[in-house]
Amino acid sequence: MEIAARVGLGERLDAMGKLFAIVLVIIALASAYPIAKHMYVPPEDISTHGHAIDDQLSDTMAEAGFAFLGAQIILAFFVWKFSERKEGAKLKNFPGGAKLMVSVAFIIVGAEVFALGVLGQKAWANVYFTPPRPDALQIQAQAGQFAFYFRYPGADGKFGAIHPDKIDEGNQNFFGLDPANDIEARDDIVSGELTIPVNREVHLLMHAKDVGHSFYVRELRIQQDFVPGLDLSVHFTATKIGRYEIVCTQLCGLGHYNMKAYLSVMAQDDFEKWLKQKASEQ
Amino acid sequence: MRIKHVYLAGVAILAAATLTSAVPGGGTVSGKITYEGTPAKQKPIDMSKEPSCAKQYTTPPTTETVVTGANNALENVVVYISAGAPDDAAPSQAAVFTQKGCRYIPHVLAFQVNQPLQVVNDDQTSHNIHPLAKVNREWNKSQPPGTPPIVDKYDKPEFIPVKCNVHPWMHGTFAVLKNSHYAISANDGGFALPNLPPGKYTISAYHESYGDQSQEVTITGSETKTINFVFKAKPY
Amino acid sequence: MQEASAQPAHVHAPPEGFIRKHVFSLDHKVIGKQYYALGLLAVCMGMGLSWLMRFHLVWPTTRIPGLELLSKVGAPGGVITPEYYLSLLTMHGTLMVFFVLTNAPFAAFGNYFLPIQIGAEDMAFPRFNMMSFWTTLVAFLVLVLAFVIPDGPPISGWTSYAPLSAVGQDAGPGMGWGMNLWGISIAIFCIGSLLGALNFIATTLDLRAKGMTLMRMPICTWAWFITSCIALLAFAVLLPACILLILDRTAGTSFFIPSGLVVSDRLQPHSGGSPLLWQHLFWFFGHPEVYIAILPSMGIVSHILINSMRKPLLSSKVIIYCMMSIGFLSWMVWGHHMFVSGMNPFSSLLFSFPTLTITIPATIMTLIWLGSLYGANLRINAASLFALGFISMFVSGGVSGFFLAQPSIDIVLHATYFVVGHFHMVMGVASIFGVFAGTYFWYGKMTGRMMNEKLGQLHFWLTFIGTYCIFMPFHYLGLVGNIRRYSSFVNDFMGPLMPLHKFITIAALSTGAAQFIFLFNLIYSHFKGKPASENPWEGTTLEWSIPSPPPWNNFGGKHPVIYHDPYQYGVKGSKGDYIMQDSPEPSAS
Repeated sequence: MEIAARVGLGERLDAMGKLFAIVLVIIALASAYPIAKHMYVPPEDISTHGHAIDDQLSDTMAEAGFAFLGAQIILAFFVWKFSERKEGAKLKNFPGGAKLMVSVAFIIVGAEVFALGVLGQKAWANVYFTPPRPDALQIQAQAGQFAFYFRYPGADGKFGAIHPDKIDEGNQNFFGLDPANDIEARDDIVSGELTIPVNREVHLLMHAKDVGHSFYVRELRIQQDFVPGLDLSVHFTATKIGRYEIVCTQLCGLGHYNMKAYLSVMAQDDFEKWLKQKASEQ
Repeated sequence: MRIKHVYLAGVAILAAATLTSAVPGGGTVSGKITYEGTPAKQKPIDMSKEPSCAKQYTTPPTTETVVTGANNALENVVVYISAGAPDDAAPSQAAVFTQKGCRYIPHVLAFQVNQPLQVVNDDQTSHNIHPLAKVNREWNKSQPPGTPPIVDKYDKPEFIPVKCNVHPWMHGTFAVLKNSHYAISANDGGFALPNLPPGKYTISAYHESYGDQSQEVTITGSETKTINFVFKAKPY
Repeated sequence: MQEASAQPAHVHAPPEGFIRKHVFSLDHKVIGKQYYALGLLAVCMGMGLSWLMRFHLVWPTTRIPGLELLSKVGAPGGVITPEYYLSLLTMHGTLMVFFVLTNAPFAAFGNYFLPIQIGAEDMAFPRFNMMSFWTTLVAFLVLVLAFVIPDGPPISGWTSYAPLSAVGQDAGPGMGWGMNLWGISIAIFCIGSLLGALNFIATTLDLRAKGMTLMRMPICTWAWFITSCIALLAFAVLLPACILLILDRTAGTSFFIPSGLVVSDRLQPHSGGSPLLWQHLFWFFGHPEVYIAILPSMGIVSHILINSMRKPLLSSKVIIYCMMSIGFLSWMVWGHHMFVSGMNPFSSLLFSFPTLTITIPATIMTLIWLGSLYGANLRINAASLFALGFISMFVSGGVSGFFLAQPSIDIVLHATYFVVGHFHMVMGVASIFGVFAGTYFWYGKMTGRMMNEKLGQLHFWLTFIGTYCIFMPFHYLGLVGNIRRYSSFVNDFMGPLMPLHKFITIAALSTGAAQFIFLFNLIYSHFKGKPASENPWEGTTLEWSIPSPPPWNNFGGKHPVIYHDPYQYGVKGSKGDYIMQDSPEPSAS
């Protein structure tokens, strides 16, 4: 071929198209394999709202898998069949042309958008559009470079005021409480672990001490940023006793990688014992 | 005869010169540091976010902002001479500050202006030491596990709170002092400043939670003068 | 505005002297090559930074010899500290998004080929054009300066969220002067981009040759035109955002900082600001920015694919309308970066709908590319291989976007490696493949010598397989919950994932090494490449009607006249199976 000679190509040229097809199919199948075999999956769901999220994730994975494999295999097949044919081979157009592609895209994607967007919004609503129960256990979480601390309101059920100028970490006063002057602060219980009773709704009030942080417990299917200046909260119910890792997911400085804490889910009795013990240490 | 006078005068001058610098046989200021009132409770430290440190303790360690002993003794008070003594050249030996079990050892480190400070990381985790200096240059440095000690120095006297950026419960103090006469009160509240040449001195005591106090003392020879300090404790 | 003749008044005098010809040149072709060189330098730096990052993640305590020379404080004894890892990460992202992905496919190739493809002698404002490059270069130098100052580069990521980026030195190492330099650099970059965008728009609308209607412009020209419309509006928002950030840091204002913050034991003296305001401003720019990064490559790949297939796409018009609708929709989706940011969760739902809807034009384009391959006679060469690779990568990266567009799924995947895999594939790799394709395709025209095909194809295979090996596993890591922007992995659940991380690092270092083949080819071909004819690829558009390389005024003083749409392929032409745009022969139909 004239062009081949002009640009210095070898004779194996016509095999490159077929090689592309083969390599692409291998890549596509190899990519899909770990997913199909469930080799990398989120950990077990211990929340009451998470199943809707997991279902949506599975549905999306199925559709994405279909689209991914379909597109890559079609690409591979067309390159295999329609590259480097003999000079003067008949060119043809895909029957239906651009109109078909536009219609298919609108119908298929439109249906998916509807299904996942409209029908799937329930999973989001479960987390964000349902208010916490009035008897939910209120706990305040504070995120600050580079640790989480949690505060229980104590017997009076009220949180003492936060005074940023009174923060004294060397004395374990992470929240800046002023028990000398604030009566509500005197029975507050501060802990480095988020300990909660199983099967009881928790309303987590979120306070940022310095910069943006985020609260993420994989097993709870809850992730929410802490925003300085905003009173945010999440609520959830843990259904399984155990110890789960809380990680910060919003870049907050040099210690971001090591900003973590533990969620400890206990039976109700154990929780009350723990709370009593913690109160005596304050 | 004149040579003998010169010789004697020379010896006398030498003796006087040697006596005026710190030599064994000078005076001593010693005493006890106590508190009155109720000190704040030292709370157990929750190290759960750093399991490699937490597992080093069978019972969690407590905070060290106010460490007390028997008979109202107050530990970790830096006793030093704030006036009346000349500045001393810095010793070449480094003052060592160790991060171990996610705590600072010692909790208060006293050393001199321009003396080398050596920070050692004895833990499995990375620390980020952040001395909050106001008069001296403020810096913070990360120290991954297994890396060589950090060496630095301060050229002005200052009491510097030290924290770890990564582990918020870690707190300590650097006491950067002008001369070599200093001590840190032990668990019984006792301290001693030996080898003081004759002179009028201002003895100061600094506690990280209770502040600074001073008293004057005069040393005439090799006597021991007793100075006690009493700090007002606060429950919160 | 149907057609316009090239205005003789726009022509500048022929350049004289080395400085005017090669340094402070008004010639859009020289400026295009300068942008390309800057993009090349930035990508080498950005890639090098990623090697350091990948190395550190799997061998955190291993000494990297010589690294302590780059930063005594950041890498004492050659071991990267947590803050230095974040500095590398910040600079990697900033260099890649701004100085590579906005520069190379858009400013470099666009500058070079847009005037030629519409039949103009130069851009509408050659002086503005020269200023735009030199401004961008100054922005680059200011950014790189952050590496050599004592405190080092900033650690807040290329997204620079407030208040971490706004409170100043207290926020951490590199957050003093390093962060200031970042803000100043990006502000200057905005100015350079605005000048460039203005030029592209004015040139496209006013300097088209006789017969060159808008719909007769090649697809890549359309892509550059649409991109510059987006860029004009997007950078116009980023510039004031950077200024506000700098004011918060230096002038005591509180646009982004509320009261009561205690950073590094210091109560910050600000009040009344909103951290979310920064996010809204940044992402209002940031989402259109990622389309600025991908649209030119879509255009370049379409252009090359048509030429290689020897037949037009099923419909160029549909492709162009899809690019326009992507450009339009890109303004409505920025909140999908902020689903769990603390903004009203109802807004999150609202943002998810246009985000999912953008899938429609993207799918149409993919189906048209695929459908056009049917019945083609595709010529395989380095350029067309990278074009095909682009389609594959765009599909892979686009499909993972489908997950992230849904707020409920984003609860699980936000800030994990799933997101990192998504944007590297769909924006990083796909866009770069467009740049590679364009390089192999147009190098002969730009320099007069062809790149070596064998080396080019070898480069393709290693890069195609290599980038899949690097970025596909990121999605698996993300599904398990591997959090991004971590300098080390200390979480309990990370242990079983470390072998996969090692695989990725080895793939990254190997694929990086393979890029030296491309670098070598670029330099070698400049001196020893086979001389390029005027039309080595048998193309139809105007760049193939002029010598390789073109003269200073592109068309030698002539004014081309356009008779056809740009893709008359697969037809009986006087020169072969194609008819050139400026050929008076009758069209096929």
